[in-house]
Amino acid sequence: MTLALREFLASKEDLDERAVRKFVREHGSPIVEGDTITFLFHGDVDEVHLRHFIYSLPSTSAFERVAGTNLWFLRLEVPRGSRIEYKLEVAAGRQRRMIRDPLNDKLAHDPYGANSVCHASGYSTPSWTQPDPESRAGTMESFDLKSAALGGDRHIEVYLPARMRATRRYPLLIVFDGADYLHFAGMKTILDNLIHRHELEQMIVAFTQSPDRMKEYAADEAMSRFVAHELLPAMEGKYPLRPGRQFRGLMGASLGGVVSLSTAWRHPKKFGKLMLQSGSFAFTDIGRTAKHPVLLPVVDWMKEFREKPGHPAEKIFISCGVYEGLIYENRSLVPLLEKTGMEVRFTEARDGHNWENWRDRLREGLCWLFPGPLGLVYE
Amino acid sequence: MRTIVLLGPQRLQPTLVQAVETVGVEGPIAAVTAGWEEREDEIDELKSHLGRRVVNLHIHARSEDVYRRDPEFLKAWQERRGRLRDLQEIHRLRLDHLMRALRDLRKIDGREELLAPERDSALEDVRRLDDGHVRRTDEILEEFESRWVPRQRDAVAEHHRELSKIAGECGAIAVAGGNVAVLLNRMRLFDVMGIFRRQTVFAWSAGAMAMTDRVVIYHDDPPWGRGNPIILGSGFGLCPGIVALPHAHRRLNLERPSRLRLWHERFEPRQCVAFDDGAWLIARGGRFVASAGGVRRFGHDGHLSEFLAA
Repeated sequence: MTLALREFLASKEDLDERAVRKFVREHGSPIVEGDTITFLFHGDVDEVHLRHFIYSLPSTSAFERVAGTNLWFLRLEVPRGSRIEYKLEVAAGRQRRMIRDPLNDKLAHDPYGANSVCHASGYSTPSWTQPDPESRAGTMESFDLKSAALGGDRHIEVYLPARMRATRRYPLLIVFDGADYLHFAGMKTILDNLIHRHELEQMIVAFTQSPDRMKEYAADEAMSRFVAHELLPAMEGKYPLRPGRQFRGLMGASLGGVVSLSTAWRHPKKFGKLMLQSGSFAFTDIGRTAKHPVLLPVVDWMKEFREKPGHPAEKIFISCGVYEGLIYENRSLVPLLEKTGMEVRFTEARDGHNWENWRDRLREGLCWLFPGPLGLVYE
Repeated sequence: MRTIVLLGPQRLQPTLVQAVETVGVEGPIAAVTAGWEEREDEIDELKSHLGRRVVNLHIHARSEDVYRRDPEFLKAWQERRGRLRDLQEIHRLRLDHLMRALRDLRKIDGREELLAPERDSALEDVRRLDDGHVRRTDEILEEFESRWVPRQRDAVAEHHRELSKIAGECGAIAVAGGNVAVLLNRMRLFDVMGIFRRQTVFAWSAGAMAMTDRVVIYHDDPPWGRGNPIILGSGFGLCPGIVALPHAHRRLNLERPSRLRLWHERFEPRQCVAFDDGAWLIARGGRFVASAGGVRRFGHDGHLSEFLAA
C-alpha cells in the first residue's frame, strides 16, 4: 500500500463509512506517489477489477477490499512519464459492468466513448495541446470530392493557416482519420499553436475520413489511387501549394499509418514526408496469419513491401506506445526503412494505442517533418 | 560620423529610449517592423516607449503591394527565395557532416601529434564551407539585382521615392526584430539602408543581426532536436566584426565551454556577442565605442566575458 492509504488505515481503529468517504473525497483516484499508483473504489460491490490497455501486463487486475469497509484498492508500479487509459470492471451480485472511474475526472475520448486516464509521475498534458489565446486561429473549410477510385463523394476538411498570403505557396499534409485527429487529438488547436510559435511551417492540411477504414486503410490500392490521383490534384487546383514531393506529407495512426506508407510506396514520387503513428504493420516471416482477419490484407502488402521497400519517401517519423502490442512491429520496421536510405526518426512513449498518445507526439513529428522558422525569429 | 546602436530584445526590458537619449536624436524616428510581418502595424508600444513621433515605414506592406502589382517580378522574387531556401538546405546537410566529424575528432583520444593537425583541418573545413555559403548566397542576390534591377520596377520605384521623402524628415531609423530573413529581404527590396544612409540607426534583436556583415541563426532547443548554428548570409555590414546573438541566454546552452569555444573558433576573427535583455552597444565609423547593460562575448577559453568597446 502507498503512504497515503497506509497512513489512513494505520490511523483509524474503526474505519467507519464517514472516514472512508472523507479519505476518498480528499484523495480521489488514482493516488500517484512516485512510481506507485493506487487505484481506489468506494462502493458496496463484490469485485472490482482494473481493465487497462497495457500490452504485456495481464489485462485485468483485481482490487483488494479493506476489511470491514466498502473501500477497495489496487497498487501498481508504473514507470515515470506513463499515461494509462483504463476502465473499472465492477461486479455486484450477478451484474458485471465496465465503468469509468467515478473518483477520477480525467477522461480521454475516442470514437468508442471515453476512458478514465491515469497520469503517472512525470507526465503532464503538454501545454501546446491546449488552446492559447495568443495563437492566431487558422480557418477550416471543406469540400466534397467525387471519387472514381472509391465510388461516391468524399468529404474533405481543410485547414488554412492564420496568416495565409496569396503570394505564398504552402506545403500540404494529408491526414487519414482526419475527423478523429480533429476531435480526439485537438489537431487544429495544435496546428494553430505550433505555427504561432514558429515551430511548425505554415501549411495547408487536408483531413480525410473513411466510411470503411478497416477495408480502405488496410493497404487498399483504391484508397492509394484516390489520394494520389484525385485528392492531391484537387488540393493543387484549389490551394497555393508548393510543388514537389518534399513539400507533401501523409499521416495517420493505426491502420492510418498503414495506408500512409502503402500510398507513398505505390506512388513514390508524390509524397516526401510521412508521419506514421502506431501503425498496424502486421507481418509474418512465414505463412499468412494475423491477430485479426482485417489485418490479412496488411500482412499480404507488408510481405511485398518488405521484399521491395523501394524509396517511398524522404523523411519518415514513426511513433508508438510501449504499452501497445504494435510496438514490436513498429520497432522492427525502423531498420528496414533506414536501410533504404530514408531519414527515419522513431519515438517511443509510455502510452497505449490511443488518441492522446498520438496527440502528444504531434509536436515532435510534425515539427521534425515540417520545421518552422523558429531559428529565424528573434523578437 | 554615423552612429549605430545595436540592442538586445526590447520586450521585457526596453532600453531603446535610454539609447536614443544617450546618443541624441533630432526629429522623428522612422520605424522598420517588417520582421513582425503582418503585425508590422502594431507599434503603439514602441511609440509610447519612445515618447516622440515615430513614422512607420510599412516595409512589409509595401513589399506586398509590389508583389500584387508586379506579378512578373513576384515570380522572379519567389524563384530567388526558392533558390536561397534550397541552398540553405544543401548547406545545412554539408555542415552537419563536417560538424560531426569535427566533434568526433575532438572527442577521441589518441596520438596528439596526429590528431591536432586533423582537428585544425576539420575546423578549417567548416570555416571554408561557411565562407563558400556566404559567397553563394551573395551571388544569388547580386544576380537577381543585376537581372531584375528592382529600383527600375515601377512599383518599387514609387515606394522608393516615398521612403526617400520620409527619410528627409527623420533623424534616425529604428529597426525592430522578428523574422531576420524577412527583415533583410524586404529592406533590401527598397534599399532602406541606402535611403537612410545618413541617419542614426537603432536596431534590436533580428534588427541588430541584420546590421552585421554575417548573420548566423541558432536555437539549441527546437522541438525537432538540436542542430548546428547556421549562416543565413550577409547582413548590411554596417557593424562588421561581430556575430550578433540576441536572446543568447534563452536560445543557447551557455554552460558548456566546449560549445562556446567552438562558436568562437568557427567565426573568428568576428567576435560572437551575446545581446541579452538590457544590453546595448554603440558603434561609430565601424568601431564599437561604448556598451551598456552587460554585452558579453564568447571567449577562446569557452567562457563569457564582458565585451569591451574601444
